Amino acid sequence: MLDIECAGAEVEETIKRIQSQKGVQGIIIVNAEGIPIKSTLDNSSTVQYAGNVHQLLMKARGMVRDIDPQNDLTFLRVRSKKNEIMIAPDKDYFLIVIQNPTE
Amino acid sequence: MEIVYVYTKKRSEFGRQCNFSDRPAELHVDILPDISLAANFTVRDPCNVTVQCAEEMSEHEVNTERFESESRGINHVEGGWPKDLNPEDMEVTIRYRKKVEKDEHYQNTIMQIAGLMEHCCKQNNATDIYQEFFEEEDDEVVEESEEQPSAKTINVFRDPNEVKRTATSLCWHPDGNHKLAVAYSSLEFQRAPNDMSFDSYIWDIENPNKPEMTLKPVSPLVCLEYNPKDSHILVGGSYNGQIAYWDTRKGSQPAEMSTIEHSHRDPVYKVIWLQSKTGTDIFSASTDGQVLWWDIRKMSEPFERLVLDPSKKGNLDNALGAVSLEFETTMPTKFMVGTEQGLVVSCNRKAKTPAEKIVCTYSGHHGPIYALQRNPFFPKNFLTVADWTARIWSEDIKESSIMWTKYHMAHLLDGCWSPVRPSVFFTVKMDGTLDVWDILFKQNDPTLSLKVCDEALCSIRVQDNGRFLGCGSQLGTTTLLEVSAGLCTLQKNEKAMVSEMFERETKREKILEARHREMRLKERSRSEQSREDEGKEADGEESTEELVARAEREFFDIMEAEKKKEWNEERQREKEKGVCEEKDFQEEHETNGVSSFTRREISL
Repeated sequence: MLDIECAGAEVEETIKRIQSQKGVQGIIIVNAEGIPIKSTLDNSSTVQYAGNVHQLLMKARGMVRDIDPQNDLTFLRVRSKKNEIMIAPDKDYFLIVIQNPTE
Repeated sequence: MEIVYVYTKKRSEFGRQCNFSDRPAELHVDILPDISLAANFTVRDPCNVTVQCAEEMSEHEVNTERFESESRGINHVEGGWPKDLNPEDMEVTIRYRKKVEKDEHYQNTIMQIAGLMEHCCKQNNATDIYQEFFEEEDDEVVEESEEQPSAKTINVFRDPNEVKRTATSLCWHPDGNHKLAVAYSSLEFQRAPNDMSFDSYIWDIENPNKPEMTLKPVSPLVCLEYNPKDSHILVGGSYNGQIAYWDTRKGSQPAEMSTIEHSHRDPVYKVIWLQSKTGTDIFSASTDGQVLWWDIRKMSEPFERLVLDPSKKGNLDNALGAVSLEFETTMPTKFMVGTEQGLVVSCNRKAKTPAEKIVCTYSGHHGPIYALQRNPFFPKNFLTVADWTARIWSEDIKESSIMWTKYHMAHLLDGCWSPVRPSVFFTVKMDGTLDVWDILFKQNDPTLSLKVCDEALCSIRVQDNGRFLGCGSQLGTTTLLEVSAGLCTLQKNEKAMVSEMFERETKREKILEARHREMRLKERSRSEQSREDEGKEADGEESTEELVARAEREFFDIMEAEKKKEWNEERQREKEKGVCEEKDFQEEHETNGVSSFTRREISL
C-alpha cells in the first residue's frame, strides 16, 4: 500500500513540478481511450484537448511509421501564435502540456 | 407620363356573378384576295433548296437530381467511457479516475513521459527556438552572391557616311533615354577630307541601321547637348566656333546660329545648359580662352564673356584654352573649366568684377583635361580625366588631387561618374578600352576593363539610370553597353563609405600640404638669414630668365656628359668595324650638335 501511495505521490509531485515551470498554462493526462485522467484545466477545455490531440497523435504516429516502420513517434510539439502544445505519447496514456513560450 | 385606364364599378355590383349571354358570330374584318398584288411577285424558277444527307441529331439538356451533401464534424465530447459507466455521473467518473491513478503501469508511464515533458518545458523557457536569427544579414547574404561585374554590348551604331568621322560627343535624351544624340567631327587639325559630311545624328537605340534624325550644321559639331527641360531642343558647338541650336520638331537645319563675329575663334569643345527661369541659357567654352554665355533666343551675341586669364587681367593672349566645362545645377553660381594646359579653373559667376570671377586653380595634370565632372552624390569632389590618369579632387585642396589612378599605357580621353553609385566611374582610353572603376572595391586597377573596339574611344556618356552607357570611337562607331546589376545598384552603406574615403584622403592631402608649407617657410627663413639685404621677399624666387638660364646650363651639362659616355661605348664597339667609319661618325657628331644626339637616342 505504502509503495503505491508513494508512487502516487511521486506522480503528483512531478505534475506539480511541471505546473510550476514558467509559462505552463495547463496539464492533461489522457488514457488510450480518450478519457482525461487528470487535468488542471476546466472540463470543457480538457475534453476538447483530449479529443483533438488524440486524433492528431494517431495521424502523426501513423505518418512516422509509414515513412519508416522501425521508427516511432516520441514527442509532438505544436507551436501556435499564442502558445505551444506539447504532447508526450505512450502506448496507453499521453501527457499534454500547454505552455506559453517565453519571448 | 403614366398610362392609366380608369374604370368605375358600383359598389353594389362588387361580388356579383357574371352574367354571360350568348351572341351569334359577328364578322369584323374580311380581307379579300387582291389579284393586283400578285404583280409584285415573280415566279422563281429554279428554286434552290439545300439538302444535307446526314444523321439527324438533336440536342437535349438534362439535369440530374441534386445530390445534397453537408459537412459535419463530430465533437467527441467525452472519452470512451466503459459501457457500464454513465459519464454524467460525477461520482462514478471520479471513482474510475482514482482507480486508474492507482494503477502501477500508469504511474510508471507518467513518470517517464513527464520527464521528457519537463525537459521540453525547460527548453522553451531557455530559448525561443523559433526566433528570427540573422535577420539583418539576410539582405546582405542575398546581395553578396553577386555575379562578376560585367558589361555587354547591346547595340552598335555606325557612321553611315563613307568618310568616317570621330564621335566626339554623346548626349542621352532627357526623357526616357530612348534616343542618343551623337556629334561627329574630325578633330585632327586640317586633316578633315574635303568630302567629309558635316552631319550629326540622333539615333533611336532600338534601330541601329538608320539614324532617326539628321542635324545639318554649317560646320561639323564638336559637342551636342539636349535641353534637360525641353527635350526637343538641342544645342551644338561647332568646329568653326559657332553655336547653333535645333528644334527637332522643325527639321534638320539649325533654328538659329550665333554670329561669326561674336562666336569663339576655335572649336567649341563644350556647351552646357544653365539653370534659368526661361530654360534658354547656355554657356560654351573653347580653346580660344573664352567662356561665353548665350541666350538661345538671341544668338547674335553672347550676354556675358569671361577670359580665362590666370593673371586676371582679361588678356586674351595669356588665356588658357578651355577643353571642358563643368556645371552642377545644385550650385548655380560656381562652375569649373578644364584647360588645355592641364589646369582646372574654378570660377564664380556672381563675382562683381571679371578679375574676381576666377576663384582658384587646381594643377596636377600634364595635358588637356578632357573630362571634368563633380560626383553627383558628393559635389565637393570632382573627377578629372586627362593625359594618362584620372584624378579625383576635393575642392578644398588646391595643390594636388586626393586620389588618382596609376599611369596607363594609353591616353585617357573621356570619363564620367555613375549617376547611381557614388563610388563608380567610367573612363575610356585611346586603345579602345572602357574601364569601370569602383573605388570601394579596388583602387589600383579598374574593376572591369573591356575592349570595346580597336580604334580610340573618344567619348562616353552614362544614362541616368546608370545601367546603359554609350561610347563613341574615332571611326564614328557608337557602342551601347549595358553594365551588370552590381555596378548600377547602390550597395549598403556605400554613401557613408565613399564619404569616409574622400574625407580621409582629403585629410591626408591637407596634412601633406601643411607640411610642405612648413618646409617652405623654414627654407625661406634660412635663406633670409644667410643674406643680409633688403627686399627679403625676392629671395627664394629667382627671376624667370635666371631660372631658364640655369635650366639650360644644367641641361647642356647633362647632355655633354651623356654624349661622352655614349661615344666611349661606341668607340669600343666599332673598333673592330674599322677606323674610317669611326672618324666620319665623330665628325658628324661635332657638327650636328644636340639634334643628332637625340636622333641617336631614339635609334638606340
